Amino acid sequence: MQLLFYISSFIALLATVMVITRYQPIHALLYLVVSFLAVAMIFLSLGAPFVAVLEVIIYAGAIMVLFIFVVMMLNLDKETAAQERKWLTPKVWLGPSLLVLVLLGEMIVLLLKGNGSALPGTTVPPRAVALSLYGPYLIAVELAGFLLMAGIVGAAHIGQHKKKHLHRFLEEKSTIP
Amino acid sequence: MTSAQHIWIVLGILFVLLNIAAGLIWVERRLLALFQDRLGPNRAGPLGILIVLADTLKLFFKEDWIPPFADRWVFILSPAIVVGAVLMSFVIIPFAPGIVVADLNIGLLFFLAMSSLAVYSIVLGGWASNNKYALLGALRGASQMIAYEVFMGLSLMGVVMMTGSMRMADIVNAQKEAWFILTQPLGAIIFFIAGIAETHRLPFDIPEAESELIAGYHAEYSGMKFGMFFIGEYLGITLISAMMVTVFFGGWLGPAFLPAWGWFFVKTFLFIGLFILLRASLPRPRYDQLIGYGWKLMLPLVLANLLITGAVLLLLKN
Repeated sequence: MQLLFYISSFIALLATVMVITRYQPIHALLYLVVSFLAVAMIFLSLGAPFVAVLEVIIYAGAIMVLFIFVVMMLNLDKETAAQERKWLTPKVWLGPSLLVLVLLGEMIVLLLKGNGSALPGTTVPPRAVALSLYGPYLIAVELAGFLLMAGIVGAAHIGQHKKKHLHRFLEEKSTIP
Repeated sequence: MTSAQHIWIVLGILFVLLNIAAGLIWVERRLLALFQDRLGPNRAGPLGILIVLADTLKLFFKEDWIPPFADRWVFILSPAIVVGAVLMSFVIIPFAPGIVVADLNIGLLFFLAMSSLAVYSIVLGGWASNNKYALLGALRGASQMIAYEVFMGLSLMGVVMMTGSMRMADIVNAQKEAWFILTQPLGAIIFFIAGIAETHRLPFDIPEAESELIAGYHAEYSGMKFGMFFIGEYLGITLISAMMVTVFFGGWLGPAFLPAWGWFFVKTFLFIGLFILLRASLPRPRYDQLIGYGWKLMLPLVLANLLITGAVLLLLKN
């Protein structure tokens, strides 16, 4: 079972690197989908099938489809890929690489320290998560719902447009007093 | 169960499914002909059944053309996604007691996850074709399938609440007294409508809509790549029918004069027939009608169904 974990985490890492280095946006998003699937596989190998399936349904199945949907409508072409190629110079890699190196150092320290867990962890079954979400943390759930509602109202406002009549007979005579 | 037995079950299910998907070519054409008062294919073989062979041979030997303006790898990948995702969904369906590939305790969620991955084949196929009609089909397909996925998941949750489990075998065994169609009729109807939209079959075949979009997302596909979309659609019909039977119509349960798998196949074929009858009898709605119908009618109905189910369950418990 450990082998499965290592294979899927290798795929996740590889796919994520490919996401960053692709010039064509749709290809990058496809690798991101693969990365999510690999992370779901890691959850499955850690013995959390519920979280794994939620990862696939929500991230790979819904959010990424919407991303691809939007990118598809932008009609990005070869010119965009050329532009990306111009932007992604070696100099750009410097800052992110430094920050990632700091994280890598932290990880090495944690791994050297022993069991690889800095925080004490307990297993929480999904039922307990659901009960606490709809019990003591109800207000937080409702606030999150409000936030999403604001997004929907905003989208509906931007999306609506005035009805335009193309025929002159159907136009409203607003000029008549 | 030994692993050798397990491999035989997997191979057997795969063999039966692919043959059903191919055989549906003939079933659909004959049934459509019956509903429309004509003969249908009746020349090759008894009752014209060899049309399946002729169609398959035709698909295999047609030129498999990849347009030079297409995004080559994504174009090749997308027909494989639909068949792969739908076949993966069959993993959790119990055809008879013990005849199931994997009896997962998250079975129902696994089905939803795989059906949500099937969207990619339409979206990527339409985008990679680099063709206006294909792209329009892909856009329609993506929004239609994302919208109807929501109701599909929610319509199944009533059953999950009553069973207390997402394992398919438990759901079937919970229907020994009464099938869930009697206790969850609204859920069953909404699941079936969402299933038609998920498989983008007529009347909800808006991503293809040959009268307005030529063939929609697979307009540029030919040969066996088109064949994969074709097989994927028939497998999707079989999948939704099998899910209807398992979740709402008692799965393999039935009087003892037929074996368990016999009951399962009889019920599944009734639903496949219903799919074909719908194709023969209903006109296609407009795109905005489909989406509006989904969000303004189906969503409130399915939420009300969940609310009532929860309230009744709480009342019965006290």
